Amino acid sequence: MSENSEILVHVKDVEKVFRRGSEEIHVLAGLDLEVPIGEFLALMGPSGSGKTTLLNLIGGLDRPTRGSVVIQGERIDQLSDRRLAGWRARHVGLVFQLYNLLPVLTAERNVDLPLLLTNLSKADRRKHVETALSVVGLSHRAKHFPRQLSGGEQQRVGIARAIVTDPTLLLCDEPTGDLDRKAGDEILDLLQALNREHGKTIVMVTHDPHASARATRTVHLTKGQLSSEAIA
Amino acid sequence: MTNPLNWFSQVVAVTGFSLQTIVNRKGSSAATVIGIAGVVAVLVGVLSIAKGFRKAMTVSGSPNTAIVMRSGADSEMMSGLSRDETRVIADAPGVARASGGPAASAELFVIIDLPKRSTGTDANVPLRGVEPAAFDVRRELKVVAGRKFEPGKNEIIIGQGAAIEFAGLDLGKTIRVGQNDWAIVGVFTANGGISESEIWTDAAVLQPAYRRGDTYQSVYARLTSPEAFDAFKNALTTDPRLNVKVLRQADYYADQSTLVYNLITGLGTLVAGLMGLGALFGALNTMYTAVSSRTREIATLRALGFRAGPVVISVILESIVLAILGGMIGSVGAYLAFDGYRAATINFQSFSQVAFAFEVGPALLIQGMVYAALIGVIGGLFPAIRAARLPIATALREL
Ligand SMILES: Nc1ncnc2c1ncn2[C@@H]1O[C@H](COP(=O)(O)OP(=O)(O)O)[C@@H](O)[C@H]1O
Ligand SMILES: [Mg+2]
Repeated sequence: MSENSEILVHVKDVEKVFRRGSEEIHVLAGLDLEVPIGEFLALMGPSGSGKTTLLNLIGGLDRPTRGSVVIQGERIDQLSDRRLAGWRARHVGLVFQLYNLLPVLTAERNVDLPLLLTNLSKADRRKHVETALSVVGLSHRAKHFPRQLSGGEQQRVGIARAIVTDPTLLLCDEPTGDLDRKAGDEILDLLQALNREHGKTIVMVTHDPHASARATRTVHLTKGQLSSEAIA
Repeated sequence: MTNPLNWFSQVVAVTGFSLQTIVNRKGSSAATVIGIAGVVAVLVGVLSIAKGFRKAMTVSGSPNTAIVMRSGADSEMMSGLSRDETRVIADAPGVARASGGPAASAELFVIIDLPKRSTGTDANVPLRGVEPAAFDVRRELKVVAGRKFEPGKNEIIIGQGAAIEFAGLDLGKTIRVGQNDWAIVGVFTANGGISESEIWTDAAVLQPAYRRGDTYQSVYARLTSPEAFDAFKNALTTDPRLNVKVLRQADYYADQSTLVYNLITGLGTLVAGLMGLGALFGALNTMYTAVSSRTREIATLRALGFRAGPVVISVILESIVLAILGGMIGSVGAYLAFDGYRAATINFQSFSQVAFAFEVGPALLIQGMVYAALIGVIGGLFPAIRAARLPIATALREL
């Protein structure tokens, strides 16, 4: 990683506190993170350490209690809900542990979902969907419903949906957490290819060292702070 | 970037997914549909009673026909006119000419007791004595079986509504009322109007039978045109020999039906309102269930960048679709069950039975659908707001 590579994600002195009744849960405490363009970052840490919370802040799904989240020079934590929704649609691709596909839609219509938020013509949308499905190697499954697909295939549909708008940033929350080793490896191959060949910037939450080994950098979250080394 | 078209297409898309997931929630959705169908059926059914009753009371009111009673009388029952007075009325300006003289009929009116066919309990049935011109005044009246009564004889003709409702009213039979036997020689219709609930005979026969001397209670007159009414009324009310009130027949009947109409409408609305409240909670429950069973799905859409507005609209639309479906089933059911169903009830204002048919018309069906849609809107609103308010990050954690 070169010193002067352009920073895409800039998380500055972020604190996140959840309130459950009278109880306060301090999850992130003065956390800083920079992610340069083109990086494949693995975010590790024990369960409940706040990995998903941090990913949600970067993806504009939640706001920090204090501090700022700047992406491509834009303070997304200060956008209105409306504008933030539009920002997500344009800049973020999300990959979930449990795929979060709509069960009533076929693979291709699931992939088409984010394109409904663009002004693309029907023909253009179709082209984008075909491309995305071919990138994840599922062109032959386009007409299948999620329940007709294996877990690994469903996750590939999820990845196709995340990349179909060609987003600035790909955020994956334990993308292999629900898959066996073989299917998980295929997903990691795919993410690695997206990073290397398509130049996608990826932040991936995982607690599997086997998965983090594929990343270009790994950071560990403990006690609300990040460190480069795992604390045993 | 975010133009209205885009917002609209989000609504269409999200609503499409919602409707497709209804099959996964068949049970609670069906319960709502059936609940709303029941409410709408009851509402339409009860209002069709009021509608049919009012129609029976007003359909016969030709704009050409006027009714004259003693001033101060609220109904024919309380009115009284002498032979001389009825002659003056028949000769007034504006009265049309019939073959045998003016188209005016002096009439009297008694109430007799007859058992209802359905329950066997006694009910008040009007027995009306008319003059020959009565058939020329009420031209909608048609003898559909048998013949007219002959003047001077103890013969009666019966309205079709009365024939259906009351025991003993069969063509060719004789009924005994008080000291007299009356032969039933004919059955008549009157466009479904109030006259069909009555029994008719010759006024000259009825007077001695009920010791009425030479008095009457009303005069029915056919005028040369609807516009002739004002002159007719003016002439009678300013005539020093008379002390009468003059009404258009339609107005008189409409007025006579207000009490029962309002009562039935009021009761019906109350019952339908209470049931509607029940159906509303059913719809609320269904939509809360729908929303919570789709929490993660809705959160996923919002995470992808769909806005909260379209989600709210889609939940409400789904609720409306279910409600309209229920409304349609209820309306069609009410139509099949009630339209044309015949019944008779007492009209408190005339103390006599009115036979009528329930009437489920287009206006009532629309009213039922609007009511259903209203339940749908309210039933979807609160769950929709909840779906939109739930923070995405929180909703995504739910399985
Ligand atoms: N929306 C929320 N409301 C309340 N507490 C939350 C919420 N989201 C996360 N938490 C809490 O914050 C902590 C971190 O959660 P999370 O970020 O999901 O951890 P991880 O992904 O590392 O397992 C946990 O204790 C969790 O219970
Ligand atoms: Mg997590």
